[in-house]
Amino acid sequence: MNRIGPIVIGGLLVVLLLNSIIYTVDQRQTALVRQFGEVVAVHKEPGLKFKLPLVQNVLFFDRRILTGDAKQAESFLTVEKKNVLVDSFIKWRVVDATRFYVSVKADEGEAERRIRQTVNDGLRAEFGKRTVHDVVSGQRDQIMKLIQQKADVEGRKLGLEVVDVRLKRVDLSEDVSSSVFSRMEAERKRDANEARSTGAAEAEKIRADADKQKDILIAEAYREAERLKGDGDAKAAAIYAAAYGKNPEFYAFYRSMQAYRESFKSKSDLMVLDPSSDFFKYMKNPRAGGSK
Amino acid sequence: MAWNDPQWGNKNNAGPPDLDELWKRLNQRINKLFGGKGGASGGEPGGSLAGGRPPAALAGLLIGLAVLVWLASGFFIVDEGKNGVVMRFGKYTQTTGSGAQWRLPWPFESHQVVNVKGVRTIEVGYRGKSKNLAESLMLTDDENIVDLQFAVQFNLKSPEDFLFVNRYENIDDGDDVVRQAAETAMREVVGKSKMDFVLNIGRGDIADRSKVLMQSILDRYKTGINITQVTLQNVQAPEQVLAAFEDVQKANQDRDRLRNEALAYANEVVPRARGVAARLLQEAEGYRQKVIANAQGDAARFSQVLTEYQKAPVVTRQRLYLDTMEQVMNRSAKVVVDQKGGNNLIYLPLDKLQQIVAQPYSQPEVLAPAAPTGAGGPPPLSRGRELLDRERGERP
Repeated sequence: MNRIGPIVIGGLLVVLLLNSIIYTVDQRQTALVRQFGEVVAVHKEPGLKFKLPLVQNVLFFDRRILTGDAKQAESFLTVEKKNVLVDSFIKWRVVDATRFYVSVKADEGEAERRIRQTVNDGLRAEFGKRTVHDVVSGQRDQIMKLIQQKADVEGRKLGLEVVDVRLKRVDLSEDVSSSVFSRMEAERKRDANEARSTGAAEAEKIRADADKQKDILIAEAYREAERLKGDGDAKAAAIYAAAYGKNPEFYAFYRSMQAYRESFKSKSDLMVLDPSSDFFKYMKNPRAGGSK
Repeated sequence: MAWNDPQWGNKNNAGPPDLDELWKRLNQRINKLFGGKGGASGGEPGGSLAGGRPPAALAGLLIGLAVLVWLASGFFIVDEGKNGVVMRFGKYTQTTGSGAQWRLPWPFESHQVVNVKGVRTIEVGYRGKSKNLAESLMLTDDENIVDLQFAVQFNLKSPEDFLFVNRYENIDDGDDVVRQAAETAMREVVGKSKMDFVLNIGRGDIADRSKVLMQSILDRYKTGINITQVTLQNVQAPEQVLAAFEDVQKANQDRDRLRNEALAYANEVVPRARGVAARLLQEAEGYRQKVIANAQGDAARFSQVLTEYQKAPVVTRQRLYLDTMEQVMNRSAKVVVDQKGGNNLIYLPLDKLQQIVAQPYSQPEVLAPAAPTGAGGPPPLSRGRELLDRERGERP
């Protein structure tokens, strides 16, 4: 015991001494060495570092990128006096630990509040100059870039770098939303009606076209048919003329006989005759001459 | 390195068989070092093992064991698909692969194991089965609102960047950063697209563009995160107007239906008309041939009769006349009135007579099939008037 005791005590003392001299800086940290409250060194490089015991102490800052995510959406007015709810997040990190320590007492929450304020002021100003459409689509990039630059300038005063400012949600306020919904509904109704009536119109057109084709087909066929018939009639007439022209007088007689026969075919025909006609010549007088 | 430490290295390499000797030598050295007897705490097994100075030997053994344990604490196991990140005094030194790894023990080095290949998923706009409307409703370029849910899958491409550059809400799980990037990117992409595009054909495009944008945002922050996939789960109109949107679908179907019905009508009418036209033509052709054939027939017959007539005109004429009259008279009802009686007024109830005669009150004569038309001959009835006087009371 007599020897182990001092050894242990000596070892502990050495460790304590080392502990107050040696410190490590993590990859993720920046170390600030203060001597009697005055900042004497800033260590951005990670690794093993030394300091004076007792008179110097070390503060560590996170130098990773931090996120300032708005807990709730802020409402801004656009140039057409529409309320939009905007949700954004800020990416920032400590680049100048001394300034960060001096200006906001190394309070991350406070730093974020300050940047957030700048961002919100910037957003208010930029939104006030723009329409909803610009904010949502056209100039979204520009707005984000502008705000980021503005916030970065402000952040540098606090020893911070604002890496990025991004808009997440850009939503219309509830009353504007409901009017958007009714407009969307009206537009759909219009589309639906248009679809139905174009359908009806197209159908009518197709039907009419079919009817037209039908009429044309039949009319053309009629034209051709009549031509054929006329041709037939003409040919027939020529044939008749050629045959009957040989003896027109006999034709007249012959044809009349035929016509009589055909005309008085039916039993319902009733004839009222004068017995003095030629046919009855012999009926009245069997010795009648050949006179008419 | 500790292994090469002149004091310990060789002994440590010796195996268990040399333990006794080792033990003795160790004790001697310790005693030399401390200049005499080491006052170790009471050790029962140590005493029996090493004859000479048990307490000092025991102390040496304990220290040796402690050193071994200390060195062994530098071992760590890295699972497949993960990487170990080693830091010396807080400074990044190297990234190891999977398997058993060793680093300098505390306080020199430390390590962190990071899941690199494992794919993680975050859901935006929904959690499991329930919707999150605040996340899912988005404004489009044409100031409409769409309801869009999507999932993002990611793993890591650089474990060092992932660990050292960004601070996450939950330690070493990048979900919050990916979610922020996903939301802002998706809203930007949707905000630059028209609603119809988002809802219909643009789904794949939206997913691709938002993936590229997410990746570029995450790269800007040097997160070391790699987006592997963005999948749109559901894209639709908001519930408030869903009915109207569905009605448009129905209207489109109605339009197609109307058009198809009309096409069906057209497909029926036009071929039918073709049929009718063909029939007209065939009929006309038939008529033409018929008329010509009839004419030829009539002409031939007439010519033949004419030949015979010219041989004996008077007799033939008389015969033809009488034959005809016979036929005509034979078939018709007749009333013979002698006008020479001087009776001026004869009452003929023609309608009654007709009723009696025509039991089968048949239709009037059909046109003779052989009735020729055209300019064939001079008007009939040259002599007929003399032959037949079937006239209304024509009194002398």
